[in-house]
Amino acid sequence: MLATSPAFKANAIDAMADPGLQKALARTRPQNPAKRAAAVAALPEFEQLRDIGRDIKNHTLAHLDFYLEAWEAKVVESGGHVHWASSADDARDAVLKICQKAGARTVTKGKSMVSEELAINDHLEKHGIVPIETDLGEYILQIRNEAPSHIIGPAFHLNREDWEDTFRKVHTHLPADRVFAERADIQNEARVLLRDKFLAADVGITGANFLIAETGSSVIVTNEGNGDLTQTLPRVHIVLATIEKVVPTLEDATSLLRLLARSATGQDFSVYTTFSTGGRRAGDLDGPEEYHVVIVDNGRSAMIGTEFQDMLRCIRCAACMNHCPVYQTVGGHAYGWVYPGPMGSVLTPGLIGVDKAGNLPNASTFCGKCESVCPVKIPLPSLMRHWREREFERHLSPASTRTNLALWAWVARRPGLYRLATRVAAKGLALMAGKKNRFSSLPFAGGWTAGRDLPAPEGDTFFARYAAQQRDAA
Amino acid sequence: MSKDAILGAIRRGLRRGALPADQTMGLHARLAAHPRHLIPARSQVSRPEQVALFIRNLEKEFATCSRVDDQSGVPGAVADYIAAQNLPPEFAMAPHAELRDIPWDSRPLLTRREGRASASDLVSVQHGYAGVAETGTLMLPAAPDRPTTLNLLCDTEIVILKTSRVVGAYEEGWDLIRAESRSGLGAGFMPRNVMLITGPSRSADIESTLELGAHGPRRLHVVLIDDDLTAR
Repeated sequence: MLATSPAFKANAIDAMADPGLQKALARTRPQNPAKRAAAVAALPEFEQLRDIGRDIKNHTLAHLDFYLEAWEAKVVESGGHVHWASSADDARDAVLKICQKAGARTVTKGKSMVSEELAINDHLEKHGIVPIETDLGEYILQIRNEAPSHIIGPAFHLNREDWEDTFRKVHTHLPADRVFAERADIQNEARVLLRDKFLAADVGITGANFLIAETGSSVIVTNEGNGDLTQTLPRVHIVLATIEKVVPTLEDATSLLRLLARSATGQDFSVYTTFSTGGRRAGDLDGPEEYHVVIVDNGRSAMIGTEFQDMLRCIRCAACMNHCPVYQTVGGHAYGWVYPGPMGSVLTPGLIGVDKAGNLPNASTFCGKCESVCPVKIPLPSLMRHWREREFERHLSPASTRTNLALWAWVARRPGLYRLATRVAAKGLALMAGKKNRFSSLPFAGGWTAGRDLPAPEGDTFFARYAAQQRDAA
Repeated sequence: MSKDAILGAIRRGLRRGALPADQTMGLHARLAAHPRHLIPARSQVSRPEQVALFIRNLEKEFATCSRVDDQSGVPGAVADYIAAQNLPPEFAMAPHAELRDIPWDSRPLLTRREGRASASDLVSVQHGYAGVAETGTLMLPAAPDRPTTLNLLCDTEIVILKTSRVVGAYEEGWDLIRAESRSGLGAGFMPRNVMLITGPSRSADIESTLELGAHGPRRLHVVLIDDDLTAR
């Protein structure tokens, strides 16, 4: 997927002027935090579980080489195949080869963000194999040729009229004057159409929420059941997973699963949580004959041992973006690549480079809401700050930013001068504002005053007031 | 090639080589011991309360439940449920010994076919391996006598479960599988596929609004056989 992250600012301006997106955001903005809060309130141990989740992931990452090899041995023991892929190219080729060997014409797919990252669909299409997205949201995005805007609700930015228009335009085998009285009618049209695709597919590709070293299993979590139909009906099942998905045992995965759905959708547990281990066994009446896992690095291993290692704890619940004031204003497409919101602002520079994605860690007020809801306690604001530092060190930030920061730093290192300058500024601004006590326009602050007034300082600085209070107290 | 590159990069990041034997022994021991973490208190209650919690959570997630005293009550419960949904009295059934033992002939109008589900089946009857009270979740490991397609292809899935198989937390369910299941491949116990199912299929992809019946069953009904006298 081609990144438009360098154009974040322009993307964000467009997003704020997009009435459809703003309508969708107005719907989800209060809804998602409320659902999570209710689920968390119903489980008194939730805070303790967050610590446990963080510790499980930290333990695994500190021994990641061991757990990956232990996991691989179990996959092989249960009759499955493991394909290691350092880069996106390696992964695409591994998937294509398995599909070609299976003589695949059509491939059904469960929702997988890694698949988006690797642009698997484009690669398959280029080689004459038809990929079919089966998650309802991913399906409509595929037929509209759009990217997901959210990691668990990929099409949340569409409104009902978009669904109806698109289905009428694309499903031309159905009567043009059919009525969609309810949302359920839209959903049902996709259900009927995709059922035939599930039954006809030669290969099914899913992602994985977890890999389990103890058993060699891959775990997927869905509410629709599309992932299960994808991995059960075709002759070949391919799992796409990145290296940080492995956890040691069923107990470890179970503890993380207690956090996942509550943080994501506010459900206690998702409808289908499925553990797959190898292919069809003696006497089985159904299930895939072949089970393959393509285990992908694509930039993760380079984060280990750096300040960004904490990001590899992420279990992709989307709580950070559901609670982020920036994401909730501009939506997911503005971020310009696969992973939006706070987790994307940390992960994207790591995967495509801070030179391309430097805007993202800057698109934050550091309000800290993301960290406070993260089920595995990733310090997202600190990690964004680390990216800003790297960007500054590599001279990637704009010249005006650098000059102003340098000027501020020079003054800030001279306390006497700093206090004098701030006192003069505070008094000057107070005088300028007069009785109104606020500015509706101010040079160099047009970005602020275009949308709201700037309150004027009341004539003195914090330092001066603090010193005066200390004197009074003494 | 890629494998060595990936493992090498991980070890460089961790600033060490492959782990020495004493450390890998410790990690193998952790895998073998699979220690439990915190188990939420909500499911650690008396047997009757566990079963009540299981039913409450099932219904919260839009599944339904009927409770019968013993297996002679199952055909009536299944027939009544199917009739109430206005469906034809026929179903695909898991070829499981416990389901075969049910006196289906007491309801002669019910037609059943044993095997996996086909695309045209409307109703499936599945063998319930275990129920997890914590969230009203059914644990359904795949086996020759418990085909996975019965959980997926039919509009309506009916699961026959004994109260003696209702446990508190997921971990208790994993221990049942560890004790009772053999993969037939190496020393493994893990079935090919284990589905944890919590309610009927649903999606909120259209305008973030919940609709039941996305791709899997639109309805999920559990017939609970009260075989555990301590749980009544």
